[in-house]
Amino acid sequence: MKKVKSLLISWEALLAILLLISIVIGSVVSPYFLSGFNFNALTSNIMEIAIMALPMTLIIIAGEIDLSVASVLGLASVVLGLLWENGHSMWLAIGVALLVGLVAGCLNGLLVTKLALPSLVITIGTLALYRGLAYVVLGDQAVSDFPTSFTNLGFGSIPGTEIPWSGLIFAILVVIFVVVLHFSRLGRQLYAMGNNKEAARFSGINVGRVKLMLFMLSGVIAALAGVIFTARFSSARPDNALGFELYVVTVVLLGGVNIFGGRGSLLGVVLAIFIVAILQNVLSLVNISGDIQSLAIGLLLILSVLGPNIAQRIQVIITRRRLAAGSSKQV
Amino acid sequence: MKKLFQTLGPGFLVCVLLVLAACGGGSTTTGGSTPTSGTGTGSNLNIVFLPKQVNNPYFDTAASGGKEAATALSGKFQQVGPSSANAAAQVPFITTLTEQHVGAIVISGDDPNAVAPALKQAMAQGVKVVSYDADVAPDARNVFVNQANSEQIGRSEVDLLAQQINSTGQIAILSAASTAANQNTWIGFMKDELAAKYPNMQLVKIAYGNDDDTTSFNDTLALLQQFPNLKGIISPTTVGIAAAARALESVHKGGQVALTGLGTPNQLRQYVKDGTIKGFELWNPANLGYLAYYVAALLVEGKIKGNVGETFTAGKLGSYTIGAGNVVLLGPPTVFNAANIDQFNF
Amino acid sequence: MTTTSQEVERTKQRGQVSQARLFRLVNRVRELGLLIVLLLIILIVGIQAPRFLSIDNFEQILLSVAILAIVAVGETLVVLTRNVDLSVGSMVGITAFVTAYFFKQLPNINLLLGILLGCALGLVLGMINGLIVSLGRVPAIVATLGTLYVYRGLVFIIAANTTSQVNASDVPAGYLALATTQIFGIPALILIAAVIAVIVGYFLHASHTGRQLYAVGSNPEAANMIGIRRDWLVFAAFAASGLLCGLAGVLWGARFATVDATAATGLELQVIAAVVVGGVNIFGGSGTILGVLLGAIVLGTLQNGLNILNISQFWLQAMYGAAIIVAVVLDAFITRWLQRTILSRRKKV
Repeated sequence: MKKVKSLLISWEALLAILLLISIVIGSVVSPYFLSGFNFNALTSNIMEIAIMALPMTLIIIAGEIDLSVASVLGLASVVLGLLWENGHSMWLAIGVALLVGLVAGCLNGLLVTKLALPSLVITIGTLALYRGLAYVVLGDQAVSDFPTSFTNLGFGSIPGTEIPWSGLIFAILVVIFVVVLHFSRLGRQLYAMGNNKEAARFSGINVGRVKLMLFMLSGVIAALAGVIFTARFSSARPDNALGFELYVVTVVLLGGVNIFGGRGSLLGVVLAIFIVAILQNVLSLVNISGDIQSLAIGLLLILSVLGPNIAQRIQVIITRRRLAAGSSKQV
Repeated sequence: MKKLFQTLGPGFLVCVLLVLAACGGGSTTTGGSTPTSGTGTGSNLNIVFLPKQVNNPYFDTAASGGKEAATALSGKFQQVGPSSANAAAQVPFITTLTEQHVGAIVISGDDPNAVAPALKQAMAQGVKVVSYDADVAPDARNVFVNQANSEQIGRSEVDLLAQQINSTGQIAILSAASTAANQNTWIGFMKDELAAKYPNMQLVKIAYGNDDDTTSFNDTLALLQQFPNLKGIISPTTVGIAAAARALESVHKGGQVALTGLGTPNQLRQYVKDGTIKGFELWNPANLGYLAYYVAALLVEGKIKGNVGETFTAGKLGSYTIGAGNVVLLGPPTVFNAANIDQFNF
Repeated sequence: MTTTSQEVERTKQRGQVSQARLFRLVNRVRELGLLIVLLLIILIVGIQAPRFLSIDNFEQILLSVAILAIVAVGETLVVLTRNVDLSVGSMVGITAFVTAYFFKQLPNINLLLGILLGCALGLVLGMINGLIVSLGRVPAIVATLGTLYVYRGLVFIIAANTTSQVNASDVPAGYLALATTQIFGIPALILIAAVIAVIVGYFLHASHTGRQLYAVGSNPEAANMIGIRRDWLVFAAFAASGLLCGLAGVLWGARFATVDATAATGLELQVIAAVVVGGVNIFGGSGTILGVLLGAIVLGTLQNGLNILNISQFWLQAMYGAAIIVAVVLDAFITRWLQRTILSRRKKV
């Protein structure tokens, strides 16, 4: 256990080094990298994924998974668009969109906790269901006539700096989530649940209620990401963020969170978010298309788990050899 | 200790990045407004085409025209774009091109409004924007190069189909993306033509194949199932008409249900020869690309401003005038049928 | 959940026989249930639109699910071992593109050679998946998520360096004919899918290795301890999935004829839907090929029915999702109910 823990600390350090390396590579490869405009672009590009990665981290640590986040994003987006198109105020539209996310997350949570069903399959089902509902709401159409005051949320920056508004939202959320996960009793409960669900329940944790809240949180945050996405692309479409759920999971796993639960930290996830953002940005600047960028992300994902496994195997082999050599010396 | 590292870490990171951003913010405002790359004279013939999607032979042909123009003008040519016709996928490309300070972006928009904020940002940074094939919001581009008169396309498509089905019966339209400006304009004129001249033809459905082959193929099969008395299909998209032809033949309805639309001769040659398609239209996409590149280059070099009434010469294509709405018209469409299809190679 | 696991433990103590009986019962109930659902759909739609009940239409339904069924059979093998293969869409896409391109460049080549090429490519990709999971000890969901991206990226690189699209007019008619020829009046595609399903189904049911696959899924550690070569079986399952995806890719190219780098994107969702609706337990150890076939057919019939009734196609994906959820909920209830019934019967003895 100690060895694994020490491995975990060094994983975040590894990520930090990787981040620095990628910044260096970026500035060497392209003269446009080190500019405020570029920082703005690469950050706003990943903010929706980043925001959704925060509750996803908590959910995976607690031993579950939520693959429906991108579909909730899409559903919230079309609801927003529909309300806006029909003349309602932007604030009402945003409010209803967030409510939709809450309800969607609630359904996920109830199916997983009350009926004790595996979250992997359930959220694959709701992934299809919510995306399908988004298509039912808007069909083939798209709403793209949004006012500049709204699109600035996704496209504009805090005046005087190059920090996108969505970046500010992300920063606030990071603070909240860090406090919850690493400084509160709830956070410790999450780790306990992920490590051993039965033991956690026997020690008095209301596992069902906590998980339900987690899924509801994930739903609301996904809807928030939907609002930001809609603003950034000035476009409410049923196929918004199609496939994003895989990116969110990738970023969380890359950050060192164990897919089986019980281990991981937000520091790693935040580092991973920016590493992926910079990687995508640098590849774009040298005209490598998005689909090939995904190849790099996929490789990174596989190596992030394969690497430590191989390292551990080698360690075991070395230790065995040392022990064998030691015992032969004794004789 | 580990906890401290874990928790202060993200906070520290965010602070570092904020500082970076604040500093970085300074550098762009002092940078000035002229593009920095290219020759010292301020002219930057680095022109990039951004079509609706890149795996599309129609846009590849247009690109070849653009390349030809680039060679004639000693400029650079490049084409980038998303793999599926989706406006949200086009935006990151626009942003990257803006960062790279290219001379001009030549774009065929998947959605006229969705790409507008990004294009306006590009124009603010000194990049010229020319739209071709499918227009974007008029205040988000300098000039629109239109392949043919939209009204003419819409009306002649209906006329072509009407000839083939004796002006009677149910028809359907297999379109591309529901948000594409050119599709919607043409469909508008099609509906008008139907109402005005063909009372015995009913438009029963408009299906959206999104310029995706599999979707268009399946959409056609679905149309045949939903409307067993369907007499004809108009597919004003090169991807759609090719997929529809194959779908019709796969259920042995080629020739029974009339099919027309906009397509490339090479893709549709066999269907014209075996009778599934009696006639279709198009213009020369290579000429469209050539003209679009020329317009972009002239804008970059400052030889035209993009205002209504300006005239210019576009190399081998001759002289053009910028019309109302800052639109340049390439020319009339061509009708292809069994008689002339072998004369063309694109 | 606690009560169920206690009961399962007790069942295990009374020997594996009880659990095997339980799973067989569950499978029979599920298959019967799917058949009933299928008949219900046919009845409801058929009454409103008699057109639905034609042989021609049923043929269309089977054609539309044939390729999906082939991939689903491979996915079943993987899921039975308590793993999942999310990269099937990318594997079908890359083999479809490579095979189509191969035929475009060498139009006079023997048809069989092209088919073998596609299958071989699929096999290799599947083996890579298998190695990462069994040897590299990477959880299947992570591994195949990664290869989903990697294989799709590979197609794009290949397409960028060869041709952006392979058209129907580029490939020899013999290749396209694979999808359209009929043998004894039945389309070849349907026959191929049926033959594969029968072979794999028989293998799972009757062979020693087949039963070992089930054992690996229901209790990987125990299986390993009693000498079943778990890692080799998992590797083989992924390899088989890849091989079947390769074949599916070859047929995909023949059926859709215009292939580009985005072919078969998103197929994995439909495959998992067919597998889950077909009664295969996502935790492994239980499920039948017949169930998966029925699941795929039910979903295909649903889609066809929506078409004919002129219900908006947009309800389709929502229905896929609802079907998955309903299937999982029903499965849980059926399994728990049957467990309680069996155990209470044993207690009386």
